[in-house]
Amino acid sequence: MGLLSKKDANLILDPLADNNPITIQVLGICSALAITAELEASIVMAISVLFVLGVGNVVISLMRNIIPSKIRIIVQLIVVATLVIIVDLVLKAFAYELSKTLSVFVGLIITNCIIMGRFEAFALANKPWRSFLDGIGNSLGYGVILIIVGFFRELLGSGTLLGFPVLGDPITKTGLYAFGYENNGFMLLSPMALIVVGIIIWVQRSRNKALVEDH
Amino acid sequence: MEKRTDKNSYTIIFAIGMVLVVGSLLAYLASSLKPNITENKRLEKQQNILYAMGVNENEGTSANFVSTDKAPQLFTEYIKKQLVIEGSTAIEDDKAYLIDVKKEKAMAKDPSYTRRLPLFVGEKDGQTFYIAPIRGKGLWDAVWAYVAMDENMIILGAYFDHKGETPGLGANIKQRFFMDDFIGEHLMNNGSFKGVNVAKGNADPTNKDKTDNEVDAIAGATITGDGVSAMIRSDLKLYVPYFKTLKTN
Repeated sequence: MGLLSKKDANLILDPLADNNPITIQVLGICSALAITAELEASIVMAISVLFVLGVGNVVISLMRNIIPSKIRIIVQLIVVATLVIIVDLVLKAFAYELSKTLSVFVGLIITNCIIMGRFEAFALANKPWRSFLDGIGNSLGYGVILIIVGFFRELLGSGTLLGFPVLGDPITKTGLYAFGYENNGFMLLSPMALIVVGIIIWVQRSRNKALVEDH
Repeated sequence: MEKRTDKNSYTIIFAIGMVLVVGSLLAYLASSLKPNITENKRLEKQQNILYAMGVNENEGTSANFVSTDKAPQLFTEYIKKQLVIEGSTAIEDDKAYLIDVKKEKAMAKDPSYTRRLPLFVGEKDGQTFYIAPIRGKGLWDAVWAYVAMDENMIILGAYFDHKGETPGLGANIKQRFFMDDFIGEHLMNNGSFKGVNVAKGNADPTNKDKTDNEVDAIAGATITGDGVSAMIRSDLKLYVPYFKTLKTN
């Protein structure tokens, strides 16, 4: 890697697979269940978290030597909340349409445990540049899982992808529906998101035995 | 030796400083961006009202408003009258679209208060549209709508929106497939107001029967759908007396 040293590159690559925030660190599960009924919502959420975690990690890292350890969690919370509110206000003023699409996610971003998890586990102990890479890596890892889950839930639940019907029309019975195929409404409900995440965890651990915890 | 950042005095000073910095930063941003935000909301109301009466840029299956720079001009072109209905009187008021339905609804809880109901009268291709803003509760937060009707309270168009319904489920009330189902539905049934129910297990999923006072619900969005039904029942009912006076004149 010309641009990044091997150690730095791993900060981005590790969370994509063997140290994935959702499937390995088990962070951010709640939002992965809540908003993955549609592929578009998954992508929007992934990008929002990418921004907040990238910038937030840098801010926390810059402040790491002056944050009193007794109230560090509260300080982290204030940093996330402030960032999210600033983004929301600026979008409302200059990109109103986009802000309406994102408004649902604002609350979800603040409570996303990946963000607090990475602040606490990484940014408080590392320099800004490494923290930034860690933030980008983890939010990408989070986004990948979100997009995989969103893809399957929208495809099997609604028969569409990004809103476009890809399997035919269920009402006039064209495409796949002509052969008796039906959308699975259960895919749209949160329990199926949990099951899809479960399947991803299973596939990942069966391919790499080192990830299986011993008890 | 104790670290400087572990001292109680340091912690308290840090906390106070942080609150001051963050608080003033946010207050400054909020107040300096407020004019832009209010203006955006005003344009959005105009776009919503125009959308309900069919003045929009819909393509395929996606719902598109007229652009914000065209909205004010189209609004004055298509909306002929803005009314404020108070009890049995209807007064013309060209700022009626700025009435805050949420505030009016809250104040109407006091029985001595007469709620001000805005109603917009639009005209397009010889058809008169009566557009009413309504508001209610979904699963997580507010849901609201602009419903365009003819003088018999048959729905000609509707625009639904929400504050925080679940993406992919309740949030789909602002999708074409849901909103378009309302077009042609009757709000009255044999002379009395019945509303339009968002029904599960509907026997008529393709919505051919327009007089059954029902549209098909969205799978996985029961509470949002119930909220939409309730909002139509409670808020549009308030307009029934006005529509009765249209008949007698």
